[in-house]
Amino acid sequence: MIKTLAAQIKEFKKESVLTPVFMILEVVFETLIPLMMASIIDDGVEAGDMRHIYIVGAFMVASALCGLFCGVMGAKFGARASTGFARNIRQSMFDNIQTFSFSNLDKFSTAGLVTRMTTDVTNIQMAYQMLLRICFRAPINMICAMSMAYLINARLATVYLIAMILLAVVLFFIIRGAMKYFQMAFPKYDELNASVQENVSAIRVVKAYVREEHETSKLKKASQGIYDIFQKAEKNVVLNMPVMQFTVYTCILLICWMGARMIVQNELTTGELMSLMAYCMNILMSLMMVAMIFVMMSMSIASARRISEVLEEKSDLTNPVNPVYDVPNGEIEFRDVDFSYYEDKDKAVLNGINLKIRSGETVGILGGTGSSKTSLVNLISRLYDVSSGTVLVGGRDVREYDMESLRNQVAVVLQKNVLFSGTILENLRWGNADAGEEECKRVCRLACADEFIEKMPDGYNTYIEQGGSNVSGGQKQRLCIARALLKKPKVLILDDSTSAVDTATDAKIRKAFAEEIPDTTKLIIAQRVSSVQHADHIIVMEEGRIDGYGTHEELLANNEIYREVYESQTSGGGDFDEKAGED
Amino acid sequence: MPGPMRGGMPKGKKIENPGKIFKRLMKYVAKSYGPHLVIVGMLIFVSVLANVQGTMFIQKLIDDYITPMLTMDVPDYHPLAMAILRVAGFYAVGVAATYIYNRIMINVTQGVLRNLRDDLFAHMEKLPIKYFDTHAHGDIMSVYTNDTDTIRQMVSQSMPQVFNSAITIVSVLISMVILSVPLTLVTLVMVGVMLAVTKKTAGLSGKYFLQQQQDLGKVNGFIEEMMDGQKVVKVFCHEEENIAKFRELNDSLYHSADKAHYLVNIVGPVNMQLGNVSYVVCAIVGGAMALSGFTGLSLGALASFLTFNKSFNMPINQVSQQFNSIVMAMAGAERIFEMMDETPEADNGYVTLVNVKEQGGRLVESTERTGRWAWRHEHQATGAVDYVELKGDVVFDGVDFGYNDEKIVLHDVKLYAEPGQKIAFVGSTGAGKTTITNLINRFYDIQDGKIRYDGINVNKIKKADLRRSLGIVLQDTHLFTGMVMDNIRYGKLDASDEEVIAAAKLANADGFIRHLPEGYHTVLTGDGANLSQGQRQLLAIARAAIADPPVLILDEATSSIDTRTERIVQDGMDKLMNGRTTFVIAHRLSTVKNSDCIMVLEQGRIIERGTHDQLLEEKGRYYQLYTGNAIAN
Repeated sequence: MIKTLAAQIKEFKKESVLTPVFMILEVVFETLIPLMMASIIDDGVEAGDMRHIYIVGAFMVASALCGLFCGVMGAKFGARASTGFARNIRQSMFDNIQTFSFSNLDKFSTAGLVTRMTTDVTNIQMAYQMLLRICFRAPINMICAMSMAYLINARLATVYLIAMILLAVVLFFIIRGAMKYFQMAFPKYDELNASVQENVSAIRVVKAYVREEHETSKLKKASQGIYDIFQKAEKNVVLNMPVMQFTVYTCILLICWMGARMIVQNELTTGELMSLMAYCMNILMSLMMVAMIFVMMSMSIASARRISEVLEEKSDLTNPVNPVYDVPNGEIEFRDVDFSYYEDKDKAVLNGINLKIRSGETVGILGGTGSSKTSLVNLISRLYDVSSGTVLVGGRDVREYDMESLRNQVAVVLQKNVLFSGTILENLRWGNADAGEEECKRVCRLACADEFIEKMPDGYNTYIEQGGSNVSGGQKQRLCIARALLKKPKVLILDDSTSAVDTATDAKIRKAFAEEIPDTTKLIIAQRVSSVQHADHIIVMEEGRIDGYGTHEELLANNEIYREVYESQTSGGGDFDEKAGED
Repeated sequence: MPGPMRGGMPKGKKIENPGKIFKRLMKYVAKSYGPHLVIVGMLIFVSVLANVQGTMFIQKLIDDYITPMLTMDVPDYHPLAMAILRVAGFYAVGVAATYIYNRIMINVTQGVLRNLRDDLFAHMEKLPIKYFDTHAHGDIMSVYTNDTDTIRQMVSQSMPQVFNSAITIVSVLISMVILSVPLTLVTLVMVGVMLAVTKKTAGLSGKYFLQQQQDLGKVNGFIEEMMDGQKVVKVFCHEEENIAKFRELNDSLYHSADKAHYLVNIVGPVNMQLGNVSYVVCAIVGGAMALSGFTGLSLGALASFLTFNKSFNMPINQVSQQFNSIVMAMAGAERIFEMMDETPEADNGYVTLVNVKEQGGRLVESTERTGRWAWRHEHQATGAVDYVELKGDVVFDGVDFGYNDEKIVLHDVKLYAEPGQKIAFVGSTGAGKTTITNLINRFYDIQDGKIRYDGINVNKIKKADLRRSLGIVLQDTHLFTGMVMDNIRYGKLDASDEEVIAAAKLANADGFIRHLPEGYHTVLTGDGANLSQGQRQLLAIARAAIADPPVLILDEATSSIDTRTERIVQDGMDKLMNGRTTFVIAHRLSTVKNSDCIMVLEQGRIIERGTHDQLLEEKGRYYQLYTGNAIAN
């Protein structure tokens, strides 16, 4: 995990090394300052030597300036190293996700990927900056201050050493106690937010069932739970301050007493006593810092793990060594295909599929939810690899093709489809970046999208909002079909892509397909019998198997499932679909 | 410690009136924790005093104890020992005070957060549907996460810190003035320089932070959009274009983030070194003064002063560091109060729903569940009480409605639903089908016309009672985190397990539920993410069934169930609809066909009405929709 992340430092190695170097140098100058302060008091003020005060004062100002320089450099490199590190991580994650296959994507949820790329990266950026700037600085500060203290007076410095060790032990137990509760608290906190989120999106259900008070009391209970657990955690943390104060005060008093005796016995000067006091704060504060860093770091471990999971994920589909770039025709064949989303063969979603579709044929696919219609067609453009058997397109195993070429020639209009923010033309050109406006208009006519586009104020330059929220479901589906047509594919797969289009328009689209792109093999998954009724062949899927294959009439005569579905939808268009878009 | 860091920060909006918001926030905190705060304030005062007296003692240590002892032949340590013990006593009190006030602050911080969350949530639940329509859910969530988090920061850290620092500054300042006025002036000048530098850098870094937030927004927006459409990206082999675009956005984020962080980072070292310079300047000036002997500044006093100089700079640094989090908290508080100030759903209804039984031919109110319901109508003028039996008679009379006044989406809607009838709505998306059902349960209020329920104007019925009498299965199914059992029970909180199972059986959900790993005790999370859309709809139907309402509204309740499964569900649905007034919105013929009356809506108007056969005969819009032809041209 650490190795994966460290590899992302890349061009920021220099900054990552320089930051701690400057931070350490800053500490050195800072440590010198109390020494000079002592000298000012002892040799300057006490000796009545104004010249000495000037000289040491000048040195002190010079040290301060050097310290300032180091501090500013540390700040600069620290900022650059950490933000650059974050940039590299973000970029590498994004790049890697682009290579993900569908099954890789299924493994991480969309929301999960977004959190990993946003919140988690921010966490790591902060942790990294802290690591570079403070992680080295604090212990070095402690060591420097401690050595200086020893230089001044070993006996008094030993008081600090003992205090430091005691404080470290106490802090360790406090933090360990607190961490235990914090680890319990965070999931609860997330749960609470999840339940608020749930309520926001389900507010209509809450109100319809008049459950406002029920929900409020549920939340109050959860909220009280968080209160209790955070109390327990904070009860430990809260000891930090008084324990720290107690140690510092004890040290000061001990030093006062012992120091006074030593001064009287002429073993110590007043100035030295003052310096020792200054180091006292320095040492113990640094220790406190180290403890804090430890806590913060351990909290960002979860983020680091989640990020490296994405970085380490390897795409499970690879291009062949000598790929074939050209798909000769739209012939499709399945030979003894089994398919399962998991390694576990028992949970196969497709079983013993044998199928042959001639180039240019129109084939309808029908079946209930969960009958693996989508899984079947996803194998054709190699969005997933078969578990066993072979899928052939144009007479070749799909695994022999270059994936990009295959997917350009086998166009899929996905069931859960998305438009991107940008103009309609920009969206269409996802299909073919070089397509001219005329070409775009042509495919829109085919997909029956031209009418509504032309009615829009900006026509083809209308801006589509993120997720296509400013077009209706039916309009979106037709744009997605047009986008796929722009590829001029040899095989076109429509996965329930006209479900929100009214029956008449649906028929019109099918008619256009038959007339305008007769050579393209067309696979149409649909719920409506009317959408597939006129296809050359219809496949009836049931629980991952082909239950029936034939023409509408054949199936009506032989296939019970088909007949049942047909009857339930009765004559004509069985749906009152949203006649989407026309209003 | 906070919840995990979340990316959100206040947007680049200026806060209207920070003083007012601060006052209101303080009032909110003081409402439950006023006495706590007073005690905390006193304890902080004690703690700071203990610290300051310790520093004062160092002055005395040299002048009053060490220097005299130096001149003695046999040094007498007794006074010093006594003095140290005395200081130790003060210190002990100080430590105790520190512990106690920190301990109390946990209660205050966590308590304030808990109250804020509870109050926000309770208030949110009362807000009208319109609020949720007009506010992005992400923004609402951010009030609970980011904004309350800024308050936590402020209450738990900034408030005590600033108070502590203020007391320290004042007491140290007083001590400094006592020791030496000229040196105090020198120190103050240096502090002025420090503040000026901090302000300048803060201003600059603020500019870049704003830039960073905008860039971060763009990057995060792009990530969200692309992760959501990643499968489409794959299908269109658009990976490389995406990477290039992302690199561009990511790089500009890096540049602004780099600058912003750099500027924030340098504030610390700059102030620290300025503090050191201040120390030197004071040492030189003080040294000169002490040596000249005119000002009466003793060596011990100078030493003490220099210590004060250091402890004066520290709190000023701390306060300036807290400044940013206070500004953020004000922005957070502003959004929290904004939500708390939203007007809750108005409810002037006074007609309530009560259980009744028949006694001597008259309806009499009953405290037990009788299975019979009536509207308790107390006439405002006379105080006379009427009971009208709940039957499910719904009448719309000339109803106009718009989500806002400018755009009316329903025009002059008239409809009559007699008890037990099944009324269907068909029409294209946006024709106003769902809107009509949302008016019956008063999710929205109408602009004109009247809706009567069992002869009573719905405006007179208490909303809670009105909604309790209506069962709704919505287009988007929402389930809650919890067991399947509890999700169904949502319709009737005191239902027994047997009732729940009976309801599930009625909706034909029992079969698949039994196949879940823990059956009825399977815990659903993330809106039932592990169930199929169809299964979730079956649960929603079961949930409505258990509520056993006299009127049912089914809004595309079976749209995601495939036709074969629907036939199974239909059976249960028919049982459910039997004897109830039902409003059905559907695009499937089988769901609509046997309705008592079918309304065809177009652009907010009812253009046709009648039974299936009547409408077919009319050969109008319904006929076109039904046969699927003729509209093509």
